Amino acid sequence: MIPEFEKFKGFSAKNLPKDEPLAPGHRACQGCGEVLALRMVMKALGRDVIVCNATGCMEIISSPFPQTAWNVPWIHVAFENAAAVASGVESARKALMRKGRIPKKHVDILAVGGDGATGDIGLQWISGAFERGHDLLYVCLDNEAYMNTGVQRSGCTPYGAMTTTSPPGKKSFGQATWKKNVPAIMAAHGIPYVATASPAYYLDLMNKVKKAALVNGPAYVHIYSPCPTGWGSAGERSVEYSKLAVETRVFPLYEVIEGRYIMSRKITKPKPVLDYFKGQRRFRHLTDEQISSIQNKVDVEYEKIIKLSEMT
Amino acid sequence: MAISDAIIGWKTLPFGCHVMEPGNSAKFRTGDWRSQHPVTDREKCIKCGMCWIFCPDMAYSQTLEGYYEANMEYCKGCGICAHECPKDAITMVPEEG
Amino acid sequence: MAKRVGVEVSIAVADAVKLANADVIPAYPITPQTHIVEHLSDLVANGELDAEFVPVESEHAAMSCCCGSSAAGARTFTSSSSQGLSLMSEILYHPGPMRLPIVMVVANRALAAPISIWNDHQDIMVQRDIGWIQTFAENGQEAFDLTLHAFRVAEDRRVSLPMIVNIDGFTLSHVIEPIEILSQEEVDRFLPSFKPRVRLDVKKPVSMGPVGVPEVYTEAKMAHNEVLKASKKVVVQAWKEFADLFGREYHPVETYRVDDAEALLVTMGSISETAMTAVDAMRDKGEKVGLVRIRLWRPFPGPEFRKAVGKAQVLAVIDRCLPPGAVCGPVGEELRSLFYKVPGAPKIFSFVAGLGGRDVTVERFNEIVSKARAYAKKRPTENYEVIGVREQ
Repeated sequence: MIPEFEKFKGFSAKNLPKDEPLAPGHRACQGCGEVLALRMVMKALGRDVIVCNATGCMEIISSPFPQTAWNVPWIHVAFENAAAVASGVESARKALMRKGRIPKKHVDILAVGGDGATGDIGLQWISGAFERGHDLLYVCLDNEAYMNTGVQRSGCTPYGAMTTTSPPGKKSFGQATWKKNVPAIMAAHGIPYVATASPAYYLDLMNKVKKAALVNGPAYVHIYSPCPTGWGSAGERSVEYSKLAVETRVFPLYEVIEGRYIMSRKITKPKPVLDYFKGQRRFRHLTDEQISSIQNKVDVEYEKIIKLSEMT
Repeated sequence: MAISDAIIGWKTLPFGCHVMEPGNSAKFRTGDWRSQHPVTDREKCIKCGMCWIFCPDMAYSQTLEGYYEANMEYCKGCGICAHECPKDAITMVPEEG
Repeated sequence: MAKRVGVEVSIAVADAVKLANADVIPAYPITPQTHIVEHLSDLVANGELDAEFVPVESEHAAMSCCCGSSAAGARTFTSSSSQGLSLMSEILYHPGPMRLPIVMVVANRALAAPISIWNDHQDIMVQRDIGWIQTFAENGQEAFDLTLHAFRVAEDRRVSLPMIVNIDGFTLSHVIEPIEILSQEEVDRFLPSFKPRVRLDVKKPVSMGPVGVPEVYTEAKMAHNEVLKASKKVVVQAWKEFADLFGREYHPVETYRVDDAEALLVTMGSISETAMTAVDAMRDKGEKVGLVRIRLWRPFPGPEFRKAVGKAQVLAVIDRCLPPGAVCGPVGEELRSLFYKVPGAPKIFSFVAGLGGRDVTVERFNEIVSKARAYAKKRPTENYEVIGVREQ
């Protein structure tokens, strides 16, 4: 077990931080599930954190000069390199503290990006940072497409989903590939902590983020982040979809602590995936046959994770 | 604070084009994006704070009596609070005019 | 006291970084930069340099890591070359406007295709407009001195800009030369410790790298350009102080036997030393030929260059870079626009030579000078000429 976890009692409904390290006035769309997840991440981390943001929705909506929604030190350089920028910040603090040039004080280093910045264009930078063992946490806010540029498909777009570059048509049913298993790729680096989270389960999310920050070394949290604009869903339903994705087993919640898979929430009586698809324009074109094939895949993938959790 | 605050000369631009004042987006009112706003029925409210924790716009805060109130300067009217309220105490009311 | 030793230039550069007491060195290996970062790894591994050596997974990550490190307030150094410099290109544009004083030594090398590990200036000319201060070294001593100078200038609070020292790959990086290595005490007199104007600090949160909305983008680019142009004063001041302390003088534009010269060669980097030998030989034959070397490439020292040219009527500009489809090489273009419609301006002829490790010999310099003089009498049909290229 990880010794750093022992001193952490966990967040509960009673001790949720009131402070908002991410300020209001940001330009996120109405009902944005991503900024909601980011708000929870920041609540869990507090103010002793330096944030390295990848280009994307969260960067754009939080920093139109001369304004910033960030109450904590924040840097944005480019799309793919947040993990490398964070490596630099962490290395600098290490050297400067050792050389007595800044006070010795632990500060969390958070690198944060969307699913494109994490699973596609930025994969190498994260892999490098994890392999080198920097003490930082990387949070992926997964809204399952390139939303900031106008809803193009990414490697994390689910099978069958309609995006502007995976449109259904006479010869297409939408996204033709299965969602890339990014948390598994991160876990394969042998880093001490990997977790998945969903803003509907806010206590679980915040506890995982805090644990990821406490770990000495690299940690990764993959957070499901509904996007009403990109998914063609009602803004008011963002939290509901965050819950349905878990209840249908589409987005299982688990931790991988030092290689051991631990289910955060076992879904024994799953709802059908159709319940989750309803009301999302991106899945509207799917046939019953396609939906049942997706249902099969969801069941198979869920079983795999259950097996992993039983193995260890 | 409007975008017109960005209209400054290159000589007065902050060092490195950094934003030196933390959290100053709070001066930007996103409330005027709204076409509806939440109204809480305090008879039904159990002060659970779901509206507060699920608000993507940090609009809600707790009053002295323990109720949660949305700041209309930030509320974009998404309706998550009303949708998630376990007691259906929140109603979305269309903006007038 | 300084010690004169026979040492490989790359090792001397790494020693300069050690004497500068760099804090963070993110680096990725590429020929011919490797000896610099290998020696730095050794120095860190042996505890001779107290720094974080970050063995990143690509040059793009190297420059990204440099940005984070410099923003957090650490003295940050890296080194690269050629394909690697091109890979980091996207990020090279960030530290200038963000005012992050990263120092980089580039061991100049050709760009593929065909792939070539040998020396020319195509790698850095592609990065001409990244908004860094850029100098060129001609020999090992200069590589050592200019590296220390780069930290001093880049981190000066009036400047706070990234800076590149160009050293020719192999021709400089891999040769052993007698180099005067300054002592720690001497370096400390020249180079104060790094005190960043702004850094990422939880006590005083700042947002770096916000979105440049149309209302501010032009002003942000202008502010960067103006501070880059103004850095020339600090570049020169620091060289003056260096000369006062250690006796070696550097100028934005260096001249050699230019008095009364009718024709001038214009060079950058290590070929300048061969060019001097060529000039000596031509002078011995009674030809009024001199040499102008550009040491400060960015910001371009226009007035200093015009002054250096004096009354010479012919300039033979040598570019170690062939930009396909362009009017001529980048240095040639720069000088033609510098002298455009200037009364009494010299005639400027552009030559491309020394690509991908091809030697530029004394004979080649003779050929270039005689061609330039002939073209001054009879206008050439082409805007530039590639020297030493076989047709059959």
